[in-house]
Amino acid sequence: MDTTLEKIKILIAVREAARPARRAAFSLALPLLVFLIVTFVAPIVLLLFTAVNNPEPQAVIPQTLAALERWDGKAMPEEAVFAALAKELAQAQQDRTAALLGKRFNYEVPGMRSRVVSAARMALANPTGPYRERFLALDAEWGSPALWAVVKRNAGTLTPYYLLNAIDLQQEPDGSLQRVEADQRVFMTILGRTLFVAFTVTFLTLVLGYPVAYMLTIAPSGVARIMMLCVLLPLWTSLLVRTTAWVVLLQTDGVINDALLALGFTDHRLQLIFSRFGTVAAMTHIQLPFTILPIYSVMKSIPPTQLRAARSLGAGPLSSFWKIYAPQTVPGVMAGGLITFILSLGYYITPALVGGPGDQMVSNFISIYINRDLNWGLASALGVILLTVTIAIYLVFLRLVGAEKLRMG
Amino acid sequence: MNLVHQTPINTTPPDLVRFEGVRKSYDGIHFVVDDLNLSVRKGEFLTMLGPSGSGKTTTLMMLGGFERPTLGHILLDGRPVERLPPEKRNIGFVFQNYALFPHMTVAENIAFPLQCRKITGAAAETKVKAALERVQLGAFGNRKPVQLSGGQQQRVALARALVFEPSLVLMDEPLGALDKQLREHMQVEIKHLQQSLGITMVYVTHDQSEALTMSDRIAVFHDGRIQQLDGPRRLYDCPSNRFVAGFIGESNLVDGLIDGFEGGEAIVRAPDGAVLRAPAVEGAKAGMKVTVLIRPERMAVHNADGPERQNIVRGLIREIFFLGDHLRLSIAALGLDELLVRIPAAQGEGLVANAEVELAFAISDARILTA
Repeated sequence: MDTTLEKIKILIAVREAARPARRAAFSLALPLLVFLIVTFVAPIVLLLFTAVNNPEPQAVIPQTLAALERWDGKAMPEEAVFAALAKELAQAQQDRTAALLGKRFNYEVPGMRSRVVSAARMALANPTGPYRERFLALDAEWGSPALWAVVKRNAGTLTPYYLLNAIDLQQEPDGSLQRVEADQRVFMTILGRTLFVAFTVTFLTLVLGYPVAYMLTIAPSGVARIMMLCVLLPLWTSLLVRTTAWVVLLQTDGVINDALLALGFTDHRLQLIFSRFGTVAAMTHIQLPFTILPIYSVMKSIPPTQLRAARSLGAGPLSSFWKIYAPQTVPGVMAGGLITFILSLGYYITPALVGGPGDQMVSNFISIYINRDLNWGLASALGVILLTVTIAIYLVFLRLVGAEKLRMG
Repeated sequence: MNLVHQTPINTTPPDLVRFEGVRKSYDGIHFVVDDLNLSVRKGEFLTMLGPSGSGKTTTLMMLGGFERPTLGHILLDGRPVERLPPEKRNIGFVFQNYALFPHMTVAENIAFPLQCRKITGAAAETKVKAALERVQLGAFGNRKPVQLSGGQQQRVALARALVFEPSLVLMDEPLGALDKQLREHMQVEIKHLQQSLGITMVYVTHDQSEALTMSDRIAVFHDGRIQQLDGPRRLYDCPSNRFVAGFIGESNLVDGLIDGFEGGEAIVRAPDGAVLRAPAVEGAKAGMKVTVLIRPERMAVHNADGPERQNIVRGLIREIFFLGDHLRLSIAALGLDELLVRIPAAQGEGLVANAEVELAFAISDARILTA
């Protein structure tokens, strides 16, 4: 028997023997790794950080925030706070940063943008006291403790505001969490809609794709090759092109409506485009290959003798398929379903072009906040929520079916 | 008096399966199985032997119900079954790669045919247990098939095909994936199982030694037709044509021309002019081109003590191979470049390559093949 020391030496020797191979593997993967970190991981981490980043107040009014620290939060803040604010807003007006601060506060207190901008203009034009009275004369709201509570809350460079907003919550002036006003609760609805559409699309691709995958498996090789081409062809076509094709098809004056009218299925033109139906139909079509391919690859690996064996043992054709074949395809169904579900959660182009206002998904709102509203914080927060939900669903899924039940091809 | 005792013991058992004029074609032009007439007797071990593409597996698949004959009938217990789906035939089938269900445990695999027959609960459990015991896998019921070795998987497949007590069990090259030693062990085990359970087995293989070891009768397939159907001994000693002679065992096939007949013996002239005597066979006529089969182990180096009436052949030793218990001689003789001769190692003393040698074999060991 080897002593413990010898065993350890052997282990070390084994590891050392494998080192060149490990080093080679690592150096082969290194270029891709660096590329991914620079172009993919780092931007995502930065963007996710934007969801909690809160640079404006500390950058523009640091002294005001310091003065506010001693404020009890009940009465109006004392003169010193207003004096500091006036001085810093005057500077901000010169630096052209007052509007940025106003915009930032405007997210949390409506009307803050113009309030800050006009106060800054005033402070620059006439930098004399008493500041409190002049601020109150400009806008009585400057005396509201609720407004100052929001300002004080933003003393830190991190804020939960965007994340809370992305799940329809807000922080009250006293710090407690409340749901936002009923007419502003949009994001949970959007998230629910996104999940629902993704689920529907996944379900439809499975129902439509499973038989196709099976046909691909049992068809004679010549036919199977043509079928496979038909499955793959859309995959090689640009997503935008396929979506645009659907836009053409679904037009009120489009081919589908023409055909339905001509065949007498309907007596008026149906609203197909800009509807949930159009969105789901187009997404299902685009996602079908992603569902079919993993199922096909699993089915291909099941020997045909499995079904024959089941038949010879006394099971009818249906029961053979259901009890012997279908259970063995589960890893493919799971993998295909999961891929389609996760991809569907992030759909942007298709709902944007084919869906109506009520069919826009989380991604569309992320885009709106980035491109139109320039509210990167909220866009990032929505991204964080979507990513969290996706990862959570993936983990729950793995937990429920087991990692070994998943085969990606 | 019991009437049963009057029945002679030697009667052939009744037929369990009959193929009547069965033909199978996939393209309507070529027949992969042609004019198949074959009976399988109750309780026998029948092997269908042949090279790949000879139609043996197609025949088995037709019997199992996975292929339908293009023409002709298959009778099972006197009933035509061509249109009966496999699950209604009650035939056990062991596939080449076992076809165990990977998502079920060994016990669930074996219980599957019982489930299909609505046998559940304690009755099924007893049967599954007995089936596992029968193939010496009593402790493996809870394992998944992937956790078993090839030989064990083979046993599970066997247990599964036997558990519902079918009258007929079909096997499609079931030992092909096993190594030589295990294969030989399983051959004996399968044979014992078949005998002790008294079931009828139809076995497909391309391995002639496997066929000879296990079978009561062997049907040799070639080009979609049965070339010969006989017991192993007869198949080896009296092959009906060149193909069977060449396929079963080692053989020397010598071309020859019948010169004439003399007292029940034919006189055959070999291409090198040598004259052989062989028992006359039906259909052989003077002036006919025939093939003479001589098995390598039936020849010996000629010595003076041998019987007087025997064939004696002169040849040149090309090579000598030592195989432990015997020698293989490759000899140029009778118009063949490589006439194979197998002699016990002890008789080979003094033989060297490139030397002349005289070989002797009994007249009855030369067999004339007319086809």
